[in-house]
Amino acid sequence: MSRLGVLRGAAFFATLVALPSFNLAHWVMNMAVFVLMFAVMSSAWNLVGGFAGYPSLGHAAFFGIGAYAVALWYKNHELTNAWHPFLALPLIALIAALVGLPIAMISMRTRADVFAIVTITVLFVAQTLAFNLRSITDGAQGLAIPPATFSVTTFERPFYYVLTVLLAFAMAITWASMRSKIGLALSSVRADEDKARGVGVHVTAVKLLAFCVSVGITAMVGAIWAYYESFIYPQFAIDPLITIAMVLMTFLGGRATLWGPVVGALVLETAQQVLAYQFGGSKIYLIAYALVFLLVMLLLPRGILPTIQDWLRQRRRRLATDNVPPPAANLPPAAVPAAHGGRA
Amino acid sequence: MHALIQGVILGVLTAGVYALMASGQTLIFGIMKVVNLAQGAMVVFGAYLSYQLFTSWGVDPFLAIPITTVAMFVLGMAVEWAFLRPLRQQDKAELSLLVTFAVALLLEGFLSVTWKTTYRSINTGYANSSMTIAGYQITLVRLWAFLLSLGALALLFLLLNRTRFGRAIRATVQNPESARLLGVEAQRVSAFGFGLGSATAAAAGSVYGLLYAFYPGTHYDLISLLLSIVILGGLGSIGGAVVGALIVSVSSAVVSATASPTWSSMTFFIILLLVLLVRPQGLFGTPARGAI
Amino acid sequence: MTDLLIVENAVKSFGSLRAVDECSFTVAESSITALIGPNGSGKTTLFNVITGYLKPDAGRVSFNGRDVTGTDAGRLYRHGLSRTFQQARVFPQLSVQENLVVAGGYSLRQLFTRRVSRADREKAGALLEEFRLAPVADLLASELSYGQRKLLEFAAVLMSGPRLVLLDEPTAGVNPVMIETMERHIRERNTSGITFLIVEHDMNFVMRLCDPVIVLDRGKQIFAGHPTDVQSNPLVLDAYLGS
Repeated sequence: MSRLGVLRGAAFFATLVALPSFNLAHWVMNMAVFVLMFAVMSSAWNLVGGFAGYPSLGHAAFFGIGAYAVALWYKNHELTNAWHPFLALPLIALIAALVGLPIAMISMRTRADVFAIVTITVLFVAQTLAFNLRSITDGAQGLAIPPATFSVTTFERPFYYVLTVLLAFAMAITWASMRSKIGLALSSVRADEDKARGVGVHVTAVKLLAFCVSVGITAMVGAIWAYYESFIYPQFAIDPLITIAMVLMTFLGGRATLWGPVVGALVLETAQQVLAYQFGGSKIYLIAYALVFLLVMLLLPRGILPTIQDWLRQRRRRLATDNVPPPAANLPPAAVPAAHGGRA
Repeated sequence: MHALIQGVILGVLTAGVYALMASGQTLIFGIMKVVNLAQGAMVVFGAYLSYQLFTSWGVDPFLAIPITTVAMFVLGMAVEWAFLRPLRQQDKAELSLLVTFAVALLLEGFLSVTWKTTYRSINTGYANSSMTIAGYQITLVRLWAFLLSLGALALLFLLLNRTRFGRAIRATVQNPESARLLGVEAQRVSAFGFGLGSATAAAAGSVYGLLYAFYPGTHYDLISLLLSIVILGGLGSIGGAVVGALIVSVSSAVVSATASPTWSSMTFFIILLLVLLVRPQGLFGTPARGAI
Repeated sequence: MTDLLIVENAVKSFGSLRAVDECSFTVAESSITALIGPNGSGKTTLFNVITGYLKPDAGRVSFNGRDVTGTDAGRLYRHGLSRTFQQARVFPQLSVQENLVVAGGYSLRQLFTRRVSRADREKAGALLEEFRLAPVADLLASELSYGQRKLLEFAAVLMSGPRLVLLDEPTAGVNPVMIETMERHIRERNTSGITFLIVEHDMNFVMRLCDPVIVLDRGKQIFAGHPTDVQSNPLVLDAYLGS
């Protein structure tokens, strides 16, 4: 990573760590917790939907798996230490990854759009299961989790910090994969999977790896959310809107970038909280949300960060070509000059 | 045994309306390579329209169909024009999924605000009358719904096979490149195709409203079912959609009748996964990795 | 000379169309073999069958003395059988250098190593110099001209140190200067030990470069021999001009 990148990361996380010490109001801290949750989940979704180009619409199912894992455990166990649920997070990630593996093995054999559809079906099936397996999940009645015994005045802080660590983890994984041949392999899958397979890229392995890591992280957030809310209902624990939020934030910020999902979550989750607050329980907020969604897709189809990057890149190139002869000058002339950009 | 056959009968009758919904969706995919995640919301919208026509003016839902289909045809064309046409070609497949999902949310929000989120149903005088044939009970309204769906499918079939416009559509489905060379206007075909898909959703919605109670969130149940059907049958194949609807509907009705209703909604998913394991392109689909 | 590639009675049908029909031929080690034939004679399908993109319905493909029928394309590539595509398939969002590195034929464990290691950079650098792509190494592949992309795709499949390279119409859509460049690279690489099997429509190119020439018609081999004998062969004339 460039020095600038390290600085940017350090400054970002220093701000995150320092933020609670300003004794912010509860509603601000609550909002920060949700922004962090979605930043982590969008970063996770980005591994599959962004880098590999397989737009999963089923991630909310794994969010639900994490939520129900915590709830079911404490259905039969005492909560002796308020920090214990956090220690179980790696295990929950593992469970989600194991559930995700066979689903990915089947659905990733198909094309990206069929994959999206199969994963959305997984989502609805998970929701149906949560409603119908009443003996386990208590169905529509939902499940209670023993409330965390943190101090009331700083109740959000433990969740906030755990989520900050998780965000650092998710971003570190993203960064590491971008820096390794995994990132290279994922980009090649996204661009042209058949060709990638043909030049010896381990296509299946990287896709499955990305999916399992992605849903594992998502499940951890689900677990934290359930513990934070201390009560879960099927329709909120496994909610299509959660999937859509991950997708939308990643698209808004910029797919297949390190910071895009974080930027997207910051902008959109804040907006959503405000909208929900403004319109209360009314479904007008759904309309507003859908309109924002449509505007993003139509006006910024590539996301905020790539648009800025492109602009900078073009500017740099223009500056460079103004001063020195173009580097391609000694090459044989182009045969089909019009074939610039895009796939043939 | 009796329960099994009763289940099969119910499944076949219900399959008609699902086949109608799914045919619209698979048609849209065939023409535009767009998976329309708003198809379920459009069906629910259609149901609300005929609910309103029935409660305000006493228009019978079956008679309301011409009105709702025309309205939804126009709405579909508008959606295509406003949200799908502007997408760039290279990421159309991916973005269109999200855009149509957003349209579904938009419709859900609109329906929730207009008609609130409580369950509605269309209670016609004939809704509960039934007849018994050889010991098997058949609800009349289901029979009518089935026949009507078949009629609508037949109309669609005629439209696609007997008209100039239908030929243009089929040419586009088979080979967009050569269709363009033959002077088929892709944009017009897309707009009409999306309108037609929406119109079938409206027709199916009127029928659906007669059979079941519904609320704006119903579109989530419908879309998962519809997606399973079209994937099962093979994206883009109308015949496949009909077969897929039969498989899904009959199997879940049979499971519901013989085992437990709890598991009926799981059945189609398991069938879907099994089919994808053997034939990733669906039963009647063509392998779409034609890039080689 | 031994035969590096042996195709025996390969069959591949799409529905009722037999694209490859009981096709048999061999490619000798260190040769530059041409595979020609009228449009729709099954050349590209045959390529796909040989390189593992399609599984043949019947028949055998042997490479380097081993039966590789139906082997996955990636594994074949790692074992030294490379190919290019008619329409110059490169990865547009990767840089030119990365396009070479990604084709390095790595093991699973190497996935966890640096995206572009120093060894990669050296290996790719040598190829970029050879193909005169070094000045554009850091551009995105999408920023190249079509001809440059064809060169890049060719250079990339050399990264894994192949023994046999299949080129699908290397000169289609590129200008005369680029055709000469392509020809020179093929010759040089052939001298250093790589065998080529080339599908090509440009007969001048084939005459200058290839020996032997295999002619395919309706999925079958109808001729194999010296290029000068091709044009006088009645079967070949029949196939091209129609009987």
